[in-house]
Amino acid sequence: MRTPSGHNVYGMGAQYPSAATLYEAAKLVRDAGFKRWDVHSPFPIHGMDEAMGLKKSWLSAVVLAGGISGLLTAVIMEFGPSSLLYPVIVHGKPTNFMTVPAFFPIMFEMTVLFSAFAAFFAVLIMNGLPRPHHPIFNWERFGRATNDAFFLVIEARDPRFTEVEARELLERSGGQHITIIHDD
Amino acid sequence: MDSAPTAPEVIRGEAATSVEQPLARPPLVLNRRSFSWLTERISGVVENPAPRWWWVCFTITGTIAMFGMFCLGYQISTGVGTWGLNHPVGWAWDITNFVFWIGIGHAGTLISAILYLLHQKWRTSINRSAEAMTLFAVMCAAIFPGVHVGRVWMAWYLAPLPNAFGIWPNFRSPLMWDVFAVSTYFTVSVLFWYTGLIPDLATLRDRATSKIKKFLFGFFACGWRGSNRNWRHYEMAYLLLAGLATPLVLSVHSVVSFDFATSILPTWHTTIFPPYFVAGAIFGGFAMVLTLMLPARAMFKLHDIITPQHIDKMAKIILLTGSFVTYAYMMEFFTAWYSGNSYERFAFWNRVFGPYWWYWWVGMLFCNMLSPQLFWFRWCRQNIFVVYFVCMCVNAGMWFERFIIIVGGLHRDFLPSSWGLFIPTWVDLWTFIGTLGIFTSLFLLFVRFLPMIAMSEVKITLPEADAHYGSTNGQHPAAAGGKERM
Repeated sequence: MRTPSGHNVYGMGAQYPSAATLYEAAKLVRDAGFKRWDVHSPFPIHGMDEAMGLKKSWLSAVVLAGGISGLLTAVIMEFGPSSLLYPVIVHGKPTNFMTVPAFFPIMFEMTVLFSAFAAFFAVLIMNGLPRPHHPIFNWERFGRATNDAFFLVIEARDPRFTEVEARELLERSGGQHITIIHDD
Repeated sequence: MDSAPTAPEVIRGEAATSVEQPLARPPLVLNRRSFSWLTERISGVVENPAPRWWWVCFTITGTIAMFGMFCLGYQISTGVGTWGLNHPVGWAWDITNFVFWIGIGHAGTLISAILYLLHQKWRTSINRSAEAMTLFAVMCAAIFPGVHVGRVWMAWYLAPLPNAFGIWPNFRSPLMWDVFAVSTYFTVSVLFWYTGLIPDLATLRDRATSKIKKFLFGFFACGWRGSNRNWRHYEMAYLLLAGLATPLVLSVHSVVSFDFATSILPTWHTTIFPPYFVAGAIFGGFAMVLTLMLPARAMFKLHDIITPQHIDKMAKIILLTGSFVTYAYMMEFFTAWYSGNSYERFAFWNRVFGPYWWYWWVGMLFCNMLSPQLFWFRWCRQNIFVVYFVCMCVNAGMWFERFIIIVGGLHRDFLPSSWGLFIPTWVDLWTFIGTLGIFTSLFLLFVRFLPMIAMSEVKITLPEADAHYGSTNGQHPAAAGGKERM
């Protein structure tokens, strides 16, 4: 989709005066059947996931995998040297099964370390970040999204997107400053 | 049996009416401030030119930090003999300082992680700076065992790396646990802190006027757009990081206490150490949080964000944890008496009446046990000067406590012929003062270059942030102290 001046269209955005109006608007857009759209707010709004029809984040599964790999790494890293490469009896602790608790603290720390790295990288990768350039930054009003403004943007590549229908929906939901956002 | 089904219904009916009239909680942000006011005020600290007092403070702390750096360089180039360590006191100020600093870090993680899991919304005003404090405290802590190893260039032996000698670290040693615990703690704290910073860095990016600021904030903000599809994963990551940091922080000081508790020295060889150390760490850490936040609040006029309510709650935590350590101190004496072990009894008698007697009377008894008891009184919790006085007592008292535990345990050996005292040298003294300078310098730099209050999190505590705010369809607007984001 192109504008008369020849720009590619990324989508159509509207600003809302408050978190509550944005929440209601999100429910309208969800019920209208749009799939490629998003809301932008300076802080997470409680209940917005349900209003947008989003399910629980599956990031926790990545973190679980990270934790398990951390635990296994610690097991290999500790028992490899201590039982096979350089077995030595210190503190009266031989390298048999009875001394396993002495290895637990490092197993725990490695589990936490790997889980935390998994959580950190998963949140970036699952959100497609870092992404310094995004069409939405072409909208000059959008600079306030990290301050005190609330936005809803429907992308042009949504199969249901038509300029008329999107504009009508955003107007009906109470959106202000309804704008076509350029892709370039 | 017959009457059983009716009883809960009555209770349920009462609960329903009480839900409809929620108790009004005092607001966390005073004077009905708006979202943009919060952004302006908090970003303003970074964006406005540095006030003159900042330069004065930074010059002083920077100079002190330089002294510390010089002492470290001198110690590394000359040897551990520049410190006053000698037989029988082989651990003294260095390990005291290590435990002191690492303990201070614990309050930051408690505020950022444990209070988050407990839905304590008031944490949002102080968590960012407390987390920064954690990082800087752990940096200062890491210096001491790092240079204490003597030949610092051999410190890589701590890592399980294959080497020509075929020697590996002993993973069953508490000192090795400590290496992993502290390095994991630092890494996880950095990740947690940076994850929390991303939305606020985006705020600064969108407000930046110069190109270089826009680039730097933009680079570190990773292109954050405040999108709800992003917030969804972000909040899950934040929750999980909080859930991971919670057992981690409890484990770190437990492991630090194992350094002592697994030995056979009287006063060290006790099972009470892990909880005793963790409580002491949070106790000392909260005192340091207040030590830093009270001046920062006054200098940057953040009274509407860090309110008397916040100070009151932190004072109560100091009272609580101070009472924990008081209990632990008394229990140590009881156990020494009850054990019937003459070495143990002597060690504790020596703690109170031995050569370091005044460390105990001033540090442990007055500063740690008695001074926080002032916080039973509301007047004391609301008077900034009393709060600051108690915090300073606790800061000093916790250092004395670690000194008493470490040197007090070592200076009277099993054989009276090897008894001795610890005499610090000027290098000992200035290394410790130097880390105070490094810590405050780093904190001053943090305050100038990064948002010291988590803007995106404080905004959630405003009633306007609720999705049902102002709606009339039977739902109440959330009280100011209502739901924490999840």
